[in-house]
Amino acid sequence: MVAKYDLNDDKVVVIIGSGAGGGTLGNELAQKGIDVVILEAGNRYEYADFINDEWDSFAQLSWGDPRTASGGWRVAKDFSGLPAWIVKAVGGTTTHWAGASLRLQEHEFKALTHYGKIEGANLLDWPLTLAELEPYYAKAEDKMGVTRTNGIEGLPGNNNFKILKAGADALGYKECHTGNMAINSAERDGRMACQQTGFCFQGCKWGAKWSTLYTEIPKGEETGKLEVRPNSHVVKIEHDDSGKVTSVVYADKDGKLQSQKARIVCVAGNSIESPRLLLNSASSKFPDGLANSSGQVGKNYMRHTTGSVYAIFDKPVHMYRGTTMAGIVRDEAKHDPSRGFVGGYELETLALGLPFMAAFLNPGGWGRGFTTALDHYDHMAGMWIVGEDMPQEQNAVKLHGEMKDKYAMPIPDVWFTDHPNDDAMRNHAYKQGMAMYDAVGATRTFPTPPYPSTHNLGTNRMSEKALDGVVNKFGQTHDIKNLFVSDGSQFTTGGAENPTLTIVTLAIRQADHIAKEMAAKNI
Amino acid sequence: MVTIHEGRPGLSRRELLKRGGVGAALLVISGSAVISPQHAWGLETTALKPETMATLIQMARDIYPHDQVPDKYYAIAVKSHDEAAGKDAAHKELIEKGIADLDQKAGAGGYAGLGWEEERVKLLQGIEDTPFFQAVRGGLVVGLYNQKEIWPIFGYEGESYSKGGYIARGFDDIEWL
Ligand SMILES: Cc1cc2nc3c(=O)[nH]c(=O)nc-3n(C[C@H](O)[C@H](O)[C@H](O)COP(=O)(O)OP(=O)(O)OC[C@H]3O[C@@H](n4cnc5c(N)ncnc54)[C@H](O)[C@@H]3O)c2cc1C
Ligand code: SF4
Repeated sequence: MVAKYDLNDDKVVVIIGSGAGGGTLGNELAQKGIDVVILEAGNRYEYADFINDEWDSFAQLSWGDPRTASGGWRVAKDFSGLPAWIVKAVGGTTTHWAGASLRLQEHEFKALTHYGKIEGANLLDWPLTLAELEPYYAKAEDKMGVTRTNGIEGLPGNNNFKILKAGADALGYKECHTGNMAINSAERDGRMACQQTGFCFQGCKWGAKWSTLYTEIPKGEETGKLEVRPNSHVVKIEHDDSGKVTSVVYADKDGKLQSQKARIVCVAGNSIESPRLLLNSASSKFPDGLANSSGQVGKNYMRHTTGSVYAIFDKPVHMYRGTTMAGIVRDEAKHDPSRGFVGGYELETLALGLPFMAAFLNPGGWGRGFTTALDHYDHMAGMWIVGEDMPQEQNAVKLHGEMKDKYAMPIPDVWFTDHPNDDAMRNHAYKQGMAMYDAVGATRTFPTPPYPSTHNLGTNRMSEKALDGVVNKFGQTHDIKNLFVSDGSQFTTGGAENPTLTIVTLAIRQADHIAKEMAAKNI
Repeated sequence: MVTIHEGRPGLSRRELLKRGGVGAALLVISGSAVISPQHAWGLETTALKPETMATLIQMARDIYPHDQVPDKYYAIAVKSHDEAAGKDAAHKELIEKGIADLDQKAGAGGYAGLGWEEERVKLLQGIEDTPFFQAVRGGLVVGLYNQKEIWPIFGYEGESYSKGGYIARGFDDIEWL
């Protein structure tokens, strides 16, 4: 039986956002018998509702509320109103994601120790080690059904992967396979196997790819301890005189403001909305926003050093057939400063349909240089670069000085400029990616610039000391005991790996901590 | 949304001869419409001058030239400017003035009268940063490439769920590696 809680029920844990972090945390808490209300700004669709069409799906799922992009990155020029490509719907960006599920490497939790002080970078060690997280990583992999873990077979390689693999072999790369994917290679957990449909970014209509929408959330609901309220856009978190948070104000489906009381509040709106909400919740007691005594809320925005390499061959490829992220090369993920930068990067296949290829191959580009590339769309292969970017204090989610959303709250401005280390890494990755394709006989290659951010991290970072960050190693804010952050904004540094497995891992661990602290009556 | 009249009948010889100022492509201006006699389609304008629309179609092709894509799809792609112009006087002025400016820069025969793509592209490069050019180019990215009818020309197969995905339809059929 699906639970229904009263607005005045002050025993509930309120979670803001139902994506990787919020959806997982909600289920984990409900499984422990804790009463949970998830407030989700977006609509609830089921996987049958997803659309195999890039722009129609974008209109259905994307976060389209006003945002601005500024700073030196090219996205600020090409997509000034779309700094990030993420989701507003039950399930959050796990409806959209490709499914690549990698653990961070040991040294990446200790970036400052291993990389040293880097000028312009605000590096810090996580207050956590890989060893502490390993049992939780194992639980997350099992929950999500990650291939090549728990005895789960890898996915079969599609055409795009076969080209990647041939290029990797030619360059002598050793670690190239069809990835660790939260996509069923065989039926598992009541969900069917991947049908190689090729629309992973548009929501998997078969449910083969893990999403909180049809795993964590219904499982939590079955306990009778979880209520998910869609179309509930949180505008403010309120606190009492002692500084404890007490309630959450949200606009309901009719735009009417409601107030939900809470024993504990967990913010999981992804790394743009979460800091924005804390900043917009400023009060006379907390004039700089909630949990912001360090001044780090919204700072150190990271998005991974990304870019793509596409290539044209003289024979057909049809890269769009089958899983979008169909394979990976991990050899460059190590930390090897002899390459001219710290940290490392992964290379993963990527395919876009024709409409998105036209929008993203070279934004703003036109003329025959551009169109002759698209003319050979079916002869193209593609890969995506994902590497560790440097946290920089100047890169930040800030409240816009003038613009407000329809609830009269300041909108977020996402200010970002690459660090020289990011540039050096990207250039190295472009060179390697193009060399791989050249080795397979590419007739033309394209070092394609980063898309609007899909990975958004770091804006409420975890730190040992309250002075250096916003939350402790359990995601509990240093300043307010019953206020938690439960999404990727906790990341102290980004690592080279796609972040979601780590977000889910942290959420499982956070649930244990919250349950323990509640039982001990500490919160 | 887009009023493209397929197989527009009864195009008289007189109308056929009254060619608009279009160089390369044979587009005919008739009343308030741009007509392609040999491909049997016509596009009626309501806010923009039909001559402007014809030039806009040429400009669209020069921005994103795909020789294998017929004019009709470029016409559909720019049709939204006529709709926008009908609702917004500022947009109408942006487009009419932008085209008039291009025609003036081109000299006697106007923009569409320039015989070589390279000559027209040179003019476009000169206005690349203007709001007019950016409005036309920006609109084309979705307006042109999101037309399902042209996807097969590029070898893109579109929706695949209803066909059971590609698991039995060639997701790994590459043979030349
Ligand atoms: C195209 C694409 C491909 C990706 N592929 C991968 C991949 O292969 N591997 C990987 O690890 N990661 C991938 N990612 C990233 C991954 O999706 C995110 O890292 C992850 O979903 C983030 O989890 P989250 O909980 O922080 O936020 P989200 O999953 O984005 O969830 C946040 C939720 O909060 C809601 N919300 C926000 N503000 C409010 C508010 N004020 N009130 C109420 N609700 C609110 C939002 O509507 C949203 O539903 C991909 C992302 C994209 C866009
Ligand atoms: S390729 Fe597989 S995982 Fe991706 S959408 Fe299709 S069935 Fe789902």
